[in-house]
Amino acid sequence: MTVTASRATERAPLPLDVEAVRADFPILGRTVRDGKRLVYLDSGATSQKPRQVLDAERWFYENVNAAPHRGAHALAEEATEAYEAARATIASFIGGQPDEVVFTRNTTEAINLVAYSFSNAATAKEPDFRRYAVGQGDEIVVTEMEHHANLVPWQQLCERTGATLRWLGLTDDGRLDLSDLDTVVNERTKFVTVTQQSNILGTMPPLEPIIARAHEVGALVMVDGAQSVPHQPVDVAALDADFLVFSGHKMLGPTGVGVLWGRSEVLAAMPPFLTGGSMIEVVRMEGSTFAPPPQRFEAGVPMTAQVIGLAAACDYLTGLGMQHVLAHEEALTEYALAQLQAIPGVTVIGPVDTVARGGAISFTVEGIHPHDVGQVLDDQGIAVRVGHHCAWPVVRRYGVPATTRATFYVHTGYDDVDALVEGVRHAQRFFGVDAPEEA
Amino acid sequence: MKLQDMYQEIILDHYRNPHGRGLREPFDAEVHHVNPTCGDEVTLRVKVDGDTLTDVSYEGMGCSISQASVSAMYDLVVGKSVTDALATGDDFMKLMQAKGDQSVADELEDTLEDAVAFAGVSKYPARIKCALMSWMALKDASARAWGGPAA
Repeated sequence: MTVTASRATERAPLPLDVEAVRADFPILGRTVRDGKRLVYLDSGATSQKPRQVLDAERWFYENVNAAPHRGAHALAEEATEAYEAARATIASFIGGQPDEVVFTRNTTEAINLVAYSFSNAATAKEPDFRRYAVGQGDEIVVTEMEHHANLVPWQQLCERTGATLRWLGLTDDGRLDLSDLDTVVNERTKFVTVTQQSNILGTMPPLEPIIARAHEVGALVMVDGAQSVPHQPVDVAALDADFLVFSGHKMLGPTGVGVLWGRSEVLAAMPPFLTGGSMIEVVRMEGSTFAPPPQRFEAGVPMTAQVIGLAAACDYLTGLGMQHVLAHEEALTEYALAQLQAIPGVTVIGPVDTVARGGAISFTVEGIHPHDVGQVLDDQGIAVRVGHHCAWPVVRRYGVPATTRATFYVHTGYDDVDALVEGVRHAQRFFGVDAPEEA
Repeated sequence: MKLQDMYQEIILDHYRNPHGRGLREPFDAEVHHVNPTCGDEVTLRVKVDGDTLTDVSYEGMGCSISQASVSAMYDLVVGKSVTDALATGDDFMKLMQAKGDQSVADELEDTLEDAVAFAGVSKYPARIKCALMSWMALKDASARAWGGPAA
């Protein structure tokens, strides 16, 4: 037996009681593909929901339902109260203030909100709203490991405004290449955006030097927390970024709600993205003025039940303890990385150790296309994601057409990782590419 | 076993030993199609003589289903009239919409030959587009070769 293989069998005790957590997730009780236990390793795409979140939504609809911030009847008051209490819970979950939390549809919309606000700033009637206008000669900085949601809106902003898009590249071992940070982020840089955890590589880039450099040159910084806020403690005060964006549905919450957290003074100087009801101050036929944030960015009746569900998800995660969630996934990741790499023909795309790394593990299996790997896994009840994971430049960078990706969460146990590993071996046997066991 | 239904031996044979693979000269039209959800790609060329499809050549990367499908398509359409080739494509589409209904496969067996082996794919909605990608590329390329995009 090789050293790798013996290390692979070690299992650190898991910080979370997996069986107790699983009991909270009704969907984990169902079977798939002819009675097989559901091994859900696709939380990175969307997470499953505990009963507490589903109950919170049901509670709202059955007891309170009304449009918040409108009307003066009893339900409208209670709905407003519940909606704003949920905002406070969610703000506190990331160490922020309630009036810094804007609800959007998801992370993608939160990012687009900022991107469109920046281009709207150029034509804003009010001088106060022109502060963050972007135009010719300005530079926007992204990274090569961003999800399409944190890349395409910035490409589009540059096309609309004549600004230039620049990016930090990747190293061969799946890390962000900071060697040219000081030239890529320079006096012309107006805005820098970076993921806190790559959805495809699992990499957690070092944010401190990037944020420090951005602020040094007077640029605003956004952190894409879609894959970090659900999986690790995130504190906006410690982070020192100007924006943090994340989605409810990836952190045990409902679909249809995401968050844009922004520093108060920054949000205050931004023109709206979507306009209409409830984001206004005064409306006349000749023109309108707008409410202060966060209402300025929440046009229309909001996704109230989803916001309340998301607050319940925050409470649930707080109950488990985000430190424990992080440690739980670290233990699983260490085990899974060792187990997967012990299989001849398997290559992990991304960091192969747990240093500054989350639980998204992308891999290829020699001789089998990722779709086919995914199909064989699916046949065994194992849900993984296959493809380019909305990070096409990343798969291109590493010269693979696509990857198979497993992601972990609070209900994931060693049995799930074992099922994955056995599933990959089964795929190799099925397609006749399995190597004889090494001596 | 469902998995074997989809991965018929015929499909795996086409995947491992694709027929007609490689881009060839001369050609009248070339198209590049991608499956944006997964990144599968095919570049496909057609050569038309009169109304006969005299060659279909291709390069691509993707899963076993997409690669086997283009290989089986090559066998089916080269030498046929463009009209017949596209009609075969319509039959293949019918097979993909059959949701695993064996009677549809039985009915189409004579026209689709090896390609009828893809019947099992129709039970997996996420994979249907893998099987269809090359047929869509053929339709597109044929229309261009005949002068201008299809109506």
